[in-house]
Amino acid sequence: MSLRRTLLTTRRILEQLRHDPRTLALLLLVPTALVGLLAWSLINHPGAFDSVGPKLLGVFPLIVMFLVTSVITLRERTVGTLERLFTLPLTKADFVAGYAIAFGALALVQSLLVSVLSYTWYGLAHQGVPWRISMVALCAGLLGTAFGLALSAVAHTEFQAVQFMPAFILPQLLLCGLVIPVSQLPSVLRGIADVLPMTAAVHAISPLKSNQYYVGQFAIMLAYIFAALIVGAGTLRRVTK
Amino acid sequence: MDSSKQSTFEVSNLRVVRNGNEILKSISFHAAPGELIGLLGPSGSGKSTLMRSLLGVQAITGGFARILESAAGSPSLRGRLGYMAQSSAVYLDLTVEENIRYFAGVLVQSSSEVARVIDVVALNSFSHRLVSSLSGGERARVSLGVALLGSPPVLILDEPTVGLDPILRRDLWRTFDDLAKTGATVIVSSHVMDEAARCARLLLLRDGTLLFDGTPSSLLAASNASGYDEAFERLIEGDR
Repeated sequence: MSLRRTLLTTRRILEQLRHDPRTLALLLLVPTALVGLLAWSLINHPGAFDSVGPKLLGVFPLIVMFLVTSVITLRERTVGTLERLFTLPLTKADFVAGYAIAFGALALVQSLLVSVLSYTWYGLAHQGVPWRISMVALCAGLLGTAFGLALSAVAHTEFQAVQFMPAFILPQLLLCGLVIPVSQLPSVLRGIADVLPMTAAVHAISPLKSNQYYVGQFAIMLAYIFAALIVGAGTLRRVTK
Repeated sequence: MDSSKQSTFEVSNLRVVRNGNEILKSISFHAAPGELIGLLGPSGSGKSTLMRSLLGVQAITGGFARILESAAGSPSLRGRLGYMAQSSAVYLDLTVEENIRYFAGVLVQSSSEVARVIDVVALNSFSHRLVSSLSGGERARVSLGVALLGSPPVLILDEPTVGLDPILRRDLWRTFDDLAKTGATVIVSSHVMDEAARCARLLLLRDGTLLFDGTPSSLLAASNASGYDEAFERLIEGDR
């Protein structure tokens, strides 16, 4: 693996996004606007935004990053740039790490933007620590990036890549505690929900838990990130059969 | 071919089977430095598969392909083979210069090499334009520019002149000829038989079989034909 080639790949991806304002707006402004919309819609229900808002900070980055990464990586596979790169001295690890760093940086900016606006303009009065919420948003963004990289291998078209959202993301959305607290789910579903990455993101935002509890939730997210990045790198084939 | 000469390519009984279909059937040929080889044949004849096998991105079922004395696909070959795919295989949402600069960076080439390549493919006036805003011919030149980075000793160019106007095609063939004169082995595929006259040597492929390996003049003489299309038809009839 070469740090130089990894960072070149990161820079190239960021340059691509700079030329694509719509995708940049989707990544940075849409989650901010959605959380703002939620805050506005709950304005007549005191305390409701303080309860639901932070959880969404762990959900939106995952969904948005998943969509963008899966489509962009699939494009690399279908337009021939990935094959060309693999005739050059670029390793799979350089490629995957380049993507992870580029989208990780964007997830960081996204999480800071949403957190700052939530705590100021949107009036969030959550008992959680702001930096922890930002860290959860960052991990959620990286989770979306890592899953997008891995699942893009299974799709043949951009339409198929988007179809993974209802199949892969929506079940997690239903079980993560946004709709109904995880503790109130049937025991089998509770067992599944407890090990899902989106649930870990929502749990890591919950206030008034022990440090050990938070470490456990971050460990679940990091394990998924690394596992998905390894799977993502494994799905990149230098040679087609 | 004189196989005692130093070989750039050494392909022997190369077979590729994909999804149960035999795409390449026992292909054998050698190539020496400085040769400009036209790989001609109709669509679906196996040209791209042969080129991808030489690059090492297509799994080989049988036989072998050696390039620059290494097995096709060896890590030591990465960056020593200039490749232009049928699709432009460049980033549409980057400018010409950003594309070439990125690939140059991966190949550890200097910024002067970026400028040189942009000059060779005559894209100086487009260097700050997004590739998505360029015509098909201009995109092909960006792709060729990437293939030329670092002056690789081998160039594998898959249908680089498809859809280009005659002047641009002529200019590109001159570029290929110049590259071969510098000692590079250049293999160019095309399904347009008229392009045969521009090559020093022809490989004619049909249904995964190598029908002919020789010079354009020997093709016409052997088939007693007046044109390359006719020569190809006669070869096919003779093969039946």
